[in-house]
Amino acid sequence: MKKMAKSKPEIGTDRVKRGLAEMLKGGVIMDVVTAEQAKIAEDAGAVAVMALERVPADIRAQGGVARMSDPDLIQGIIDTVSIPVMAKARIGHFVEAQILETLKVDYIDESEVLSPADYVNHIDKWQFTVPFVCGATNLGEALRRINEGAAMIRSKGEAGTGDVSEATKHIRKIKGEIRALSSMSEDELYVAAKELQAPFALVQEVARTGALPVVLFTAGGVATPAGAAMMMQLGADGVFVGSGIFKSGNPAERAAAIVKATTFYNDANAVADASRGLGEAMVGINVSDLPAPHRLSERGW
Amino acid sequence: MAGSSPLIGVLALQGDVREHERVLDTLGVSHTQVRTPAELETVDGLIIPGGESTVIDKLTRIFAMRDPLRARISLGMPVFGTCAGLIMLSDRLSDATHDQQTLGGLDVTVRRNAFGSQVESFETTLRAPEVSTDPVEAAFIRAPIVEQVGADVRVLATLDDHRIVAVQQGNIVGISFHPEISGDLAFHRYFVGLVADTLAPAHA
Repeated sequence: MKKMAKSKPEIGTDRVKRGLAEMLKGGVIMDVVTAEQAKIAEDAGAVAVMALERVPADIRAQGGVARMSDPDLIQGIIDTVSIPVMAKARIGHFVEAQILETLKVDYIDESEVLSPADYVNHIDKWQFTVPFVCGATNLGEALRRINEGAAMIRSKGEAGTGDVSEATKHIRKIKGEIRALSSMSEDELYVAAKELQAPFALVQEVARTGALPVVLFTAGGVATPAGAAMMMQLGADGVFVGSGIFKSGNPAERAAAIVKATTFYNDANAVADASRGLGEAMVGINVSDLPAPHRLSERGW
Repeated sequence: MAGSSPLIGVLALQGDVREHERVLDTLGVSHTQVRTPAELETVDGLIIPGGESTVIDKLTRIFAMRDPLRARISLGMPVFGTCAGLIMLSDRLSDATHDQQTLGGLDVTVRRNAFGSQVESFETTLRAPEVSTDPVEAAFIRAPIVEQVGADVRVLATLDDHRIVAVQQGNIVGISFHPEISGDLAFHRYFVGLVADTLAPAHA
């Protein structure tokens, strides 16, 4: 059934929130900590930038509580680039989100990379005009976030490691669970919803359409053109690259190479060309060497 | 239109390609993704989707699509651009990034992100009498507007405050908004009609 059109302009609708994410598809969203980095990212072909105080690799190395960035830093980045600017708020920290909305960021990432502010509740994202992206490691988590108003989902991976294995695990998990739902009969969806710990209506919708109702990007550990192309071949709509660019030997070239590989992800020759002569990738950490309490992807409920 | 069954390409370098394909499916029109000059050769008309204009511009240059696209457009291939697509088809930008280029074709000046940031993005309905008798549902997402039009450009739709959001020059149609996000078929139907006309025998 078609929703009746508005005669008066209306902001903050589902369509415009989810719609911006649709426009980012096939693109690369890059973490930046300064206006200069934002400019480099834009010039390299980033489809959006994520403004934050420290990239995940530094948050991991330096420890301590990680919070929303200084508004001046975010403002400086907004003033420098013409592409969309995203910024991170702590899980459940609705006041950081209110601040980011007043700064007019284009998307808020309610992110496990920062220290959680609430170990029970996520932000009620329906209360905002600005859209939200949230992380998920599986379909149930993705649907809980969408139920709270998320307009875009990114699989979490393990941020700040340069190890793509968790990103692979999470996108495969989400895609696999969607395929499983599609093959179920209607009367099996009740139990599926219970097991996914997700709202029945959303489970039913995913089963019917065979897709999430919002755009699905991949994040966490992507550091090479090949890694980005692999995420796209696994069915991601686009990729987030965090520490992988500005912790590498040659950020501008690596950023441009990841953009190329994301566009021509199905063309091994193009991905090979993009992979040439990039210098050192970020050193990284193997996720298997990380003690469980230091795994960021386990934050979120 | 007897005998002519147009093939519409969707430029698939970046952006909301899938939504345009969905509308074309609904209309029962054949379509294919275009990423290479060889793929461009096969199509009768092209849609340039929404996305980030700076990125689509860079990718057209990196992957050697810029010259083939300009050549087909100058030879009269029908082209339809939504949002970033409108930006790509405009001859002039009032706020380009330092190295941003467009394909051109529409004698207009366009301002990017003319409404501000995402929190100003909105949905509304528009009148576009040449395109549809019904009001058109339109989603404006960090949308551009047309600030100036040349003598050969027809205005197809404006907002209530008269700002120009849809234009046509010859076979080129550019609009600020996203009917493909709203699922409104009118502009795509209109564009498919243009493509079919170019395929129709001259004596018809």
